[in-house]
Amino acid sequence: MSDIAIELKGIDKSFGAVHANKNINLSVRKGTIHGIIGENGAGKSTLMSILYGFYQADGGDVFVDGTRTVIRDPNAAIAAGIGMVHQHFMLVENFTVLENVMLGAEESQVLTAGITKARAELRRLEEEYELEVDADAIIEELPVGNQQRVEILKALYRGADILILDEPTGVLTPAEADHLFRILRQLKDQGKTIILITHKLREIMAITDEVSVMRRGEMVATRTTADTSVEELAELMVGRRVLLRVDKDEARPGDVLLAVEKLTVRDSRGVAMVKDVSFDVRAGEIVGIAGVAGNGQSELLEAVSGIRRAEKGRILLNGEPIDVAGRTDPAELRARGMAHVPEDRHHMGLVLAFEESENSILGYHTDPRYVSGAFLNIDGIRRDAAEKMESYDIRPRDVRLRTANFSGGNQQKIVLAREMERDPSVLVIGQPTRGVDVGAIEFIHKRIIEMRDAGKAVLLVSVELDEIRSLSDRVLVMFDGRIVGERSPDANEGELGLLMAGVTDSREAAA
Amino acid sequence: MSVPYGKLPAWVDFGLIPLINLVVAFLVAGLVVLAVGESPLRAAALLVEGAFGYGEGIGYTLYYATNFIFTGLAVAMAFHGGLFNIGGEGQAYVAGIGVALPCLWLDQYVPWFVTFPFAILGAALMGAVWAMIPGWLQAKRGSHIVITTIMFNFIASSLMVYLLVDVLKPAGSMAPQTRTFVEGGRLPKLDWLLGAFGLDIGGAPFNLSFLLALIAAFVVWVIIWRTRLGYEIRTMGHSPKAARYAGIRENRIIIITMMLSGALAGMMALNPIMGDQHRMQLDFVSGAGFVGIAVALMGRSHPAGIIPAAILFGMLYQGGAEISFEMPEISRDMIVIIQGLVILFAGALENMFRPAITSLFATLGAARPGTAKPAE
Amino acid sequence: MEYFEALIVILQSTVRVSVPLILAALAGLYSERAGIFDIGLEGKMLAAAFAAGAVAGITQNALLGLTAAMAVSVALALVHGFASITQRGNQIVSGVAINFIAAGATVILGQAWFHQGGQTPRLGEGGRFVTHELPFAAEIAGIPVLGPIYSNLLSGHFLLTYLAFALVPATWWVLYRTRFGLRLRAVGENPGAVDTAGISVTWLRYRAVICCGLLCGIAGAYLSMAMTGGFVKGMTAGKGFIALAALIFAKWKPVNVMFACLLFGFLDAMSIRLQGNPLPLIGQVPAQFMQALPYILTVILLAGFIGKAIPPRAGGVPYVKER
Repeated sequence: MSDIAIELKGIDKSFGAVHANKNINLSVRKGTIHGIIGENGAGKSTLMSILYGFYQADGGDVFVDGTRTVIRDPNAAIAAGIGMVHQHFMLVENFTVLENVMLGAEESQVLTAGITKARAELRRLEEEYELEVDADAIIEELPVGNQQRVEILKALYRGADILILDEPTGVLTPAEADHLFRILRQLKDQGKTIILITHKLREIMAITDEVSVMRRGEMVATRTTADTSVEELAELMVGRRVLLRVDKDEARPGDVLLAVEKLTVRDSRGVAMVKDVSFDVRAGEIVGIAGVAGNGQSELLEAVSGIRRAEKGRILLNGEPIDVAGRTDPAELRARGMAHVPEDRHHMGLVLAFEESENSILGYHTDPRYVSGAFLNIDGIRRDAAEKMESYDIRPRDVRLRTANFSGGNQQKIVLAREMERDPSVLVIGQPTRGVDVGAIEFIHKRIIEMRDAGKAVLLVSVELDEIRSLSDRVLVMFDGRIVGERSPDANEGELGLLMAGVTDSREAAA
Repeated sequence: MSVPYGKLPAWVDFGLIPLINLVVAFLVAGLVVLAVGESPLRAAALLVEGAFGYGEGIGYTLYYATNFIFTGLAVAMAFHGGLFNIGGEGQAYVAGIGVALPCLWLDQYVPWFVTFPFAILGAALMGAVWAMIPGWLQAKRGSHIVITTIMFNFIASSLMVYLLVDVLKPAGSMAPQTRTFVEGGRLPKLDWLLGAFGLDIGGAPFNLSFLLALIAAFVVWVIIWRTRLGYEIRTMGHSPKAARYAGIRENRIIIITMMLSGALAGMMALNPIMGDQHRMQLDFVSGAGFVGIAVALMGRSHPAGIIPAAILFGMLYQGGAEISFEMPEISRDMIVIIQGLVILFAGALENMFRPAITSLFATLGAARPGTAKPAE
Repeated sequence: MEYFEALIVILQSTVRVSVPLILAALAGLYSERAGIFDIGLEGKMLAAAFAAGAVAGITQNALLGLTAAMAVSVALALVHGFASITQRGNQIVSGVAINFIAAGATVILGQAWFHQGGQTPRLGEGGRFVTHELPFAAEIAGIPVLGPIYSNLLSGHFLLTYLAFALVPATWWVLYRTRFGLRLRAVGENPGAVDTAGISVTWLRYRAVICCGLLCGIAGAYLSMAMTGGFVKGMTAGKGFIALAALIFAKWKPVNVMFACLLFGFLDAMSIRLQGNPLPLIGQVPAQFMQALPYILTVILLAGFIGKAIPPRAGGVPYVKER
């Protein structure tokens, strides 16, 4: 017996040319909550996937409870007492909770006997850890927070002593996140070891005992949480002083260029995702929409940019109404001065199989600069693309390279160049820096500010509250499909956090 | 985070790997020849000799290739739009009406070059209509196009039997076919083309449709890579979400792509009806629509690949017929097996040898530093 | 009474033609519920029918014929599995390929081995499946209504027929009451959940396609050893595709599959019955229309005019571990 639950020695892993984990050493003490923090793409998830047997390390050893253990597949991980709650839940959506918990741990060929036993065991676990869920509920009908509890129950049902949670709060409201943290503390008190992967500093400070920082595939430091600070961790994470504020002048708002009035949007299942939303965006200002992912921001963006039909309400673009409930047409809106950088760069903003130059005209492929009659003007398209590559520093400078071969940051620059260079009056941007490297983030933020200063109306949606606060002139908070409040970007973070959780104060209620 | 895989040179991607897949398909076919007790080597020799050894053989090879260029282009066009059109067979079959009717109406009064444009139009139109219905059903009703086009092949077959037996058959005739067209409904042979190389096509039905097929291949290339429509089709094929974002109307593109695909398949009917038999008879398509799938997969949906792939299958058809004289155990159905094997190895298993080749090239690249630059 | 007897006759042939449909559609169900689309049912059935005809023709042993049919069909299913699971190829393309390979190989090999224009030798008594009378069938036959139903409709079928119908509840039980079924349904919906639960997605899907192969094999054997006395080239004649359509129409549920197959079988039986006989009110219907009717109906059904068929969510998509 050892008091170290997990020890990693010299773990190394490459995917093709990408060195995801470089000689990683880590030890996690028993009965603690150990945080692993790092930016997107720092290699945290890869490391945990190795620990869970999802990938094989190229080199290095894993010790569980002091003994060297080869974890060849998830089965071996489960046998070693390791359970994992994935960022994207690994649940069968049209199965019941019970079926999901049993899957892979059925105990016998015929289910009947196992069901009774599983039901009893589930009830015991639910009581022990405050993990109440209805065993017969269908997963897709449960709120996200409850789905996550099912994931935890799955791990516990298999007898996990070590629980890995990968970005568990990304999809949760603050209230749900609080509940999760209560559960985690309870688990810790019962002697379980928890590894928490996140890129949110506040969570690390709030709940962990120790924290390890990863940066670009390397483990750069391990600290006792009580002895460190947010500033120190942030610096370790990024590798240099973080620019918490983007330099910008005071906004000089002009006319209203984008007006949204009482907009209601339903998703493909008919669920109202945007409810009676109204706001304005003026020339020369950035309006940021903050909120936890999944509170209707995506649907709002798509309705404003003409991709999704709205049920009712009005949208005015440069004072002229858009036919929101009729045949919405992104092409028409583009012609009227709307530019849109979509959230989903890989499937919507770009066609990854296309040459760079082909993506540089996506959505503008009917423009007379690029077509003559029915034919594409290939030379003109490539020349134009090459110019944008220069001015946006897109690398490598090859207009005929397949877009999939560019890095995330450069891909995003391809989209930005396309949308910004059209001199739109309204710019709608979703998650501008998701999956983008640090260098490119600064560049992108600067460009967005430049657009504002050039008198464009900018609507910004991001789940990164820091990004919203540093770029926006006004912050709207969206919760459960509604705008629940407007704040200055300098407003207290806790206040914004409460709004994002749907907690509105009396002042809002009266208004 | 998307990571570029080790990129292979274009000639490997578009040349070597398809070639290896093809060779494997033929090796397996060779095993079948062995299984029926014949020598694969002798069969191959007979095949090449029969297909390319003399003028008439070449004429037949190119005659069959004409069919496959059309149907291969049809399947490829749909592939670019992300659609799998298995209905080329039925579309070509129904398009026969579009060829036969102008010929029956005009052949006695005007020369062939007046009939021809009407026949082209008729063929393209009927093929397009027969493909449009599944396209429309997919666009508006969400029916899976693969299943609907399969069903439409069966429906086409019943429809054509009915028309040939009960409607188009001349009175007093027993055979389920139209009357034979006179000069105004017959396409001229391309004997002069092979004659220029000192070859005599003899009785081979190699005719003007071949040139039309080459023109169609060029037009398809232009449409796909040089027009706005092609850009929209490819965007849809790669990512329907990106198409929606770009303001491309998905339903419209699905229907147009299917119509273009059907029109190409339909034009195949010109070759046997106007170019060879000079009448429409039962089952004149005889599987060419399905061969198109193999041809498109082998030719990587690019006209420059489809033409050689079609000629290869033309060779199999013609050479296969020759083999069956010499080797009675091997009938035309051998081609169906080869076709299946080509679809399997060039289509479903297209990446089977890729890892080995990629690592081979990685080793070669490592030996010569500086050749493989990592992407940014 | 005359109509009643005609009805019994039609229903009897409905059952007869439905059996291969049920077997093939259930075969497809195992594969597709596991997330492997299979349009190669036709080819597997055809190859199985040939193997059954050939082996039973030579040995005059029905059981050997059945075994050969299942072996050949499973082999083709494994090819499809290799392409779709191991190589992550396009499942539709693979299915098409198998259909062609089977269509060509059955003729080439049949001609090479038997020299009968693609047919296998006629099967004698021992090489065929025979029909079985249920107890008291002869005695009860005289009773009005119940008698004909029992003696003519329920009795007097092949063992394979009873097997096919028994496989319907059996499949339901396997799917919803066993560990294998739970995992099979899970892997067709979210293979990631199966993988992280420590179950091999690959092996599970291979077992599903093997089940598919076994059932297609029985379907093929029924065609050449029970329904007729030997293999004839192209004898599946689109039944694999009708079975596929029935599977979709049944929304991938076992009991629905049986009813869908009986419906299509009924249409088939009617079309044979109606040939040359004018329908009241409508008059003479072209035989070709009746033959095309199942396909036309399928298209109409697929167009979603009756409910909406939602396929297994992971269907047709090769499983790749997310990064």
